[in-house]
Amino acid sequence: MADSQATIVEAEVQNPELRHHFADMEQQKNAASLGMWLFLVTEIMFFGGMFCAYLVYRTSHFAALAAGSQTLDIKWGAINTAVLIVSSVTVVLAINAIQHGKPRTTINYLVITVLLGLVFLGIKSIEYTNKFEEHHVPGAGFHFTGTFDDNGKQIPVAENEVQLFFSLYFAMTGMHALHMIIGIGIMTTLAVMTWKGRFSAQYYTPIENAGLYWHLVDIIWIYLFPLLYLISRHT
Amino acid sequence: MASAAIPANSVPGTKTNYLTNGFSLKSWLLTTDHKRIAILYLISVTLFFFLGGFFAMLIRLELLTPQGDLMQADTYNKVFTMHGMIMVFFFLIPVVPATLGNFLVPLMVGAKDLAFPRINLLSWYLYVIAGGLFLHCMLVGGVDTGWTFYTPFSTAASNTHVIEAGLAVFIAGFSSIFTGLNFIVTVHRMRAPGLTWDRLPLFIWANYATSLIMILGTPVVAITIVLVAVERIFHLGIFDPRLGGDPLLFQHLFWFYSHPAVYIMILPSMGVISELITCFSRKRVFGYKFVALSSIAIAVIGFLVWAHHMFVAGISLYAAMIFSFLTFFVGVPSAIKVFNWTATLYRGSISYTTPMLYAFGFIGLFTIGGLTGLFLASLGIDVHVTDTYFVVAHFHYVMVGGVLMGFLGGMHFWWPKISGRLYPEGWARLSALLVFVGFNLTFFPQFILGYVGMPRRYWQYPDEFQVLNVLSTAGASVLAVGYLLPMIYFLWSLRYGELATANPWNAAGLEWQTSSPPPTFNFDETPVVTWEAYNYDEIDAHPQEVPVGR
Repeated sequence: MADSQATIVEAEVQNPELRHHFADMEQQKNAASLGMWLFLVTEIMFFGGMFCAYLVYRTSHFAALAAGSQTLDIKWGAINTAVLIVSSVTVVLAINAIQHGKPRTTINYLVITVLLGLVFLGIKSIEYTNKFEEHHVPGAGFHFTGTFDDNGKQIPVAENEVQLFFSLYFAMTGMHALHMIIGIGIMTTLAVMTWKGRFSAQYYTPIENAGLYWHLVDIIWIYLFPLLYLISRHT
Repeated sequence: MASAAIPANSVPGTKTNYLTNGFSLKSWLLTTDHKRIAILYLISVTLFFFLGGFFAMLIRLELLTPQGDLMQADTYNKVFTMHGMIMVFFFLIPVVPATLGNFLVPLMVGAKDLAFPRINLLSWYLYVIAGGLFLHCMLVGGVDTGWTFYTPFSTAASNTHVIEAGLAVFIAGFSSIFTGLNFIVTVHRMRAPGLTWDRLPLFIWANYATSLIMILGTPVVAITIVLVAVERIFHLGIFDPRLGGDPLLFQHLFWFYSHPAVYIMILPSMGVISELITCFSRKRVFGYKFVALSSIAIAVIGFLVWAHHMFVAGISLYAAMIFSFLTFFVGVPSAIKVFNWTATLYRGSISYTTPMLYAFGFIGLFTIGGLTGLFLASLGIDVHVTDTYFVVAHFHYVMVGGVLMGFLGGMHFWWPKISGRLYPEGWARLSALLVFVGFNLTFFPQFILGYVGMPRRYWQYPDEFQVLNVLSTAGASVLAVGYLLPMIYFLWSLRYGELATANPWNAAGLEWQTSSPPPTFNFDETPVVTWEAYNYDEIDAHPQEVPVGR
């Protein structure tokens, strides 16, 4: 026991962030990085279930899903896509800054990332409110008037099948928004930790891993936007 | 050969080990030591095992007579649902990986701990939270959907506590994901110098394959259960045919995880059996690479067979034929294991210790369970026996006859390492015998019952089925005694058992080279591996040169 404590003390001299069961910082960083990638795999499988449901119903209820999709507001969706892409850039800049030993710049970029995330959620809440007012929220109050062709003639679709589209819409974007909220929490925590001096050019693994998470949540949106908003716009 | 240092001062009781490193409750509840977390898991899964067993006894008591005289249909539905959910989600899935796996994976790869010790502890807490939630759900009235949560019954018809049970399963799923993630990273990044992939113990390969399924499959059942809950709360229509949804989609998503989950349960036990067979026939395992890669093959092919649970649910005939073929195909790697274990036994110096008795039991029962699985994979026979006791008997042969035999065999094998004490061999052999006899008496009659047409999930049955049901209930009582005995003598041995040396079985494997019980950081010096796995021929030929612990 005394021997093993002695080796731990020796190891800790190298870097205060090295945990006892790793041989060196490189092994620790590799382990953390692999763990994060594996976690992202679980996230992809998690969302994969819903994408699979989307695929099945887009095939079996094509007309209704297209009609539902056409009522979504491309403007808000596009702005949100831009907001998220910019936020991914600021995350990269935050990591770059800490790699060069500039914690202050890192904090700035993390804060910008958090703000962009909040903008995304704000726009999402505007869209949800609109859906609520249009009676497009699934449930007892659901009502769908249908869409119109180029001659102004109403295209009939089964109301309950369109409701399926909005079920998918709320389930998928809702789960994505939940991930955004978690991401904002993580980025805020990291900004505080950076401010307290936890990270340096020698140790910034948590920021890097949180960045991976943030990018994944972005990428999921990059798929959600065309599949929900854009896919049925051609006439 | 003898490059791994043998600790000079590893006499049990004379130096601090993981059990004596702190005695306070806090030192256990806030520990990040994988060995202590394994013990915490062991205690909690054992509690759930006996709870699930209690429900099993209620089922068997009700089925003692043809009439519904102990309970009525609604209660019976809840009882078999509780039995299934507890046994599947709170016992079978975590039992081997979270207890033996947690304890042994770092030891076997020569690491000080798992890669993420705090996530490991979090995983146990998630399990406890999920278990507590499920117990609460049970106490306020339970759930009656069957462990499969089939829609639209679970979303639109059942008026029991589906959401709470679903939430418990969801959280337990994350506990399992974290265990799997930890194992994969540990095996990739924390192996001792010289411990190459083709020198890894087969138990590690098995747990690695299990972990792959855990991280790829569990998120899918998690989102599926979220969708069921959301549908119940907000009346979405994702699985509701009245709103355009499709209940079959639920079954696809559910079985995409829940069939591979069967391999989450059985693979670690197969890993245990590989360790036992080699040690107690004093031989290298026959065809190491095939046994190792068959675990990976089971994990991969196991993901492609899920729809065999849905042959009569209305999937297309062509899909059914493909899934039938793939189901036969997944039998191949399982058969490789059974054949290679048998070939390992051939001309080995076999000793009939308790762990070996369990290994023999495993091979026999798993073979019956696996072969009847092929009956069920055949489209024609499946129509005849679907939803009968044939299916019940089949999966109990795999789940109880396989998983539990492996777990008990492993518990006996590694008990000296875990506790530092030897268990009483005579009592242990008696209980192994009781388990084997009791198990067959319980479940073999159910094959016959199912084949002659007794449907599952009914609380009463026609009089002509009674004789076989009485046999089954009698067997369940013997089985219960067989499970209670180890519980008693393991606890007894903690105080009165003979002190164990570092390597009482003279076994290969790094875990036997440190003291029993191991120190908190497992090894006084990081071992360096220069030998192949299961080098029993070298150990027995040169007992002085090969490191086998004290």
